[in-house]
This record gives sequence, C-alpha cells and structure tokens, in this order.
Amino acid sequence: MGKKNLVSVTDFSCDEILRIMELAAQFEADPHQQVLAGKVIASLFFEPSTRTRLSFESAINHLGGRVIGFSETANTSVSKGETFHDTIMVISNYCDMIVMRHSIEGAARYASEISKVPVVNAGDGANQHPSQTLLDLYSIKKTQGTLDNIHIVMVGDLKYGRTVHSLLQALSFFNPTFTFVAPDELKMPDEYKLFLDEKGIRYTETRYIEDAIRDADIVYMTRVQRERFSDPMEYERVKNVYVLKNSMLEGTKPNMRILHPLPRVGEIDTDVDSNPKAYYFQQTENGMYTRMAIISYLLGVVK
Amino acid sequence: MAQTEGRLEVRAIENGTVIDHIPASSLFKIIRILGLEQETHCITFGTNLESKRMGTKAIIKINDRFCEQEEINRIAIVAPEASVNIIRNFKVVEKHTVTIPETIQGFVRCANPRCITNHEPVETSFRVIKAGDEIALRCKYCEKITHQEQIEIRK
Repeated sequence: MGKKNLVSVTDFSCDEILRIMELAAQFEADPHQQVLAGKVIASLFFEPSTRTRLSFESAINHLGGRVIGFSETANTSVSKGETFHDTIMVISNYCDMIVMRHSIEGAARYASEISKVPVVNAGDGANQHPSQTLLDLYSIKKTQGTLDNIHIVMVGDLKYGRTVHSLLQALSFFNPTFTFVAPDELKMPDEYKLFLDEKGIRYTETRYIEDAIRDADIVYMTRVQRERFSDPMEYERVKNVYVLKNSMLEGTKPNMRILHPLPRVGEIDTDVDSNPKAYYFQQTENGMYTRMAIISYLLGVVK
Repeated sequence: MAQTEGRLEVRAIENGTVIDHIPASSLFKIIRILGLEQETHCITFGTNLESKRMGTKAIIKINDRFCEQEEINRIAIVAPEASVNIIRNFKVVEKHTVTIPETIQGFVRCANPRCITNHEPVETSFRVIKAGDEIALRCKYCEKITHQEQIEIRK
C-alpha cells in the first residue's frame, strides 16, 4: 500500500470510516497500547490551535510515539521567509508522519503531494478538518450504538461552518435524516442540499430550534459568529434565538445527545452542562481516541 | 473559400486556425490561454462583431498554426460554443467544436484568495463541475468553487 493521507474526510471510504470507529473503540478500551513506539511524528501548527494540537499530541504520547514540531511559526524558518514547500520538504525527512494546521486553504493537500510521509490535516483555514468529523462520527456511534438512520439536527451557522459540511458528507453513507436550523443569513448552502438531493437523503429546514429537536437523535450545535453578519442588527436579533437552554430539552428523546465542536460562546446555556444529554465534553475525549485511530491506521501499525 | 457572410469583416487566411463564436468578453482570456502573446505568426483578432446567434462575438485567426483538439478544449471554459476551423489553402479542412474537459490544469487562477495556489508557486488544478446551467471549477486544493464569471487566467 502506498502512502495514505487524511486531508479531507472524503479521502476515506465508508469501510475506512467504519474501520476508524472500530479502532477508536479499541484505543478507548486500552489507551496505552505502544503501537507508535519508535515513531517520530511532526506536529506543525503554522496557525495556533491549542485544543486540536494537544489532542493530537496526547494521542501520540499515549501510544508511545514521539512528537517534534512547533505550535506557532514565530521562531521557525517560516518567519525568515522560507516557503511552505521547502519547510515540508525538509521536515518530511525527519519524521514518520506530519500532522499540520495552516490558515491557508489547500495547504494540507499540497503538503500531501510533496511530502514523503503521510500528512494528516488538522485544519486548513475554512476548508477541512477531517479528524473533527471522525470524532463527531465516533461520538454519534458511541451514544446511539450505530451510525445508521440517525436523525441529526444541525443548529447555528450552517453556511460557513466547515464542521457541519464535512459531517453531512461523511454521514451520507449511513442514511441519515437532517434538520437544518439556521437564520436566513446562515442557511445551509445550495451545493450541500443538492448533494443530499442527489443521494436521496431527506432534510428539512426551519428557523425554530424547539420544534426541530423534539424527535432528534443528535443535536449538533455550532457557533453563530458576529463577523458573519453584514447587518449588526440582524446579529443582535438572532444570537439569542439560537441558544439551547435546559428547559428546551424537556420532551426530547431519551437517547438524544448534544454535540458541539467547541469552543462555545453562549449558544449552549451553561445550565445544559449538567443535563445527561449534554455530550460536548465527552466528545473532546473521544477526539483523542479517534486521533489515535487515524494515526495508527495511516501508519499501518495496527492489524 | 472559407468565407461566409459575417466573417467578411476579418480577412480570410490561407493556412492556419480560425476560432469563431467566441463571446466578446472572453477574447482576451483566450489570447492568454493559448499563449498568443508569444506567437510570432500573423494573427487577426476581431471583437464586438455582430452575430445572429450570440449578439456580439469575437473571432481569432492564426496564420500557419494548427491547433490540436486538446489545446482547443482549454478554451471551452470561457467559450463553450466556440467553433474551430483548420484552414489549408483557404479551405476549411477540419471543423471542431470544443469539448469541456474533466479537469483544468495550470492556467486558471483560483478565485479563493486564501487558496494555497495564490500564496505559493503551485500549479492550479480544477475539476470541472456543473453549477446549474453553467460550468464551474472546483479547486483540488482549497475545494472552493470558481464560477464562470470569476474565471481569470494566470499570468
């Protein structure tokens, strides 16, 4: 098998997604398998991201691998004007895999073309963040027992939110039903609705969160960002409409769980945190097991 | 003679390629795509010519150069209705229509300013997709879509 990368979630087939789910469960059961012993993994964060970086690095450390790299570019050759191309060419000589985040879109795809070692995209601007999608899937699988026939309600910024777009694409293998809850300015773009139409996947759109979540299996919350609105008045109007409160959870299905890619800034009221249906903190823990699975699978160190 | 009505405004050529039915707004893009700035043969351009079918159109006549089909297909993204005639001894010996290719390599700029191809010397690469009635280009790198009206030719 040639070098395998994870740049976009669409790089993985349905079988590969299921394989990652299986491996993540194995690592959760025993997070100290030393399958990465002797491996050196470069963690290159051209753009800072504490949460994602620590999750990846923790995953590598748990499995006995070593991490080299940087968490910002201030003290690197990048700040001396070295091209991205040259940085990747050099560092790919020093390691068995590159995990990278960059603010420029397409940087990870380009790196995967020139690097000798596998590249894992830990976020390239507003484009892709596939490990987030896979950990979302793992969280759905864990809480619902299956990925098949899930009713998922996506709330908030459905226009620019890359996590909802990637999740939508990945879930399309598993016959989901979607409900999209968003203000007019942040509705799901037509290209994704067209994608669902082509696959015969059902979806509805609404502006009202309370009606939508009643028969949901998963409520996927996202942040509504002020800078997305051309009209600040409109932001002020909608920002409180898309806040999930504990009182709204009454009458929802017992298996329902609330996910959020985090960080949140008020779209989930803190009074939800103690509700057993709140799952966003466990979701981050799942992220570490999912990243263990991704790295081990791409390096071919697990049977 | 290859001359028919409507083409009389631009002089006939003895040998070479005539590209007709170009949208007037796409003329300069095609000059770039085909690299005609570097061409040493005699070339005649006409633009804002009257056309029954298109309203206005442009036409390019390149003396002594015989364009290959693959080369011609590159212009399909900005001139999907173009017709290409190969002329020998003032006669049309081949007539081609353009076929939209599946991928476009190298000469179109990605419309996304945050795309790696606009920051590093990376060759652009697009998959041609349908966007309603029009075609559009999906970037291999940033995965964003460049719509037809956004198409710019790289320098």
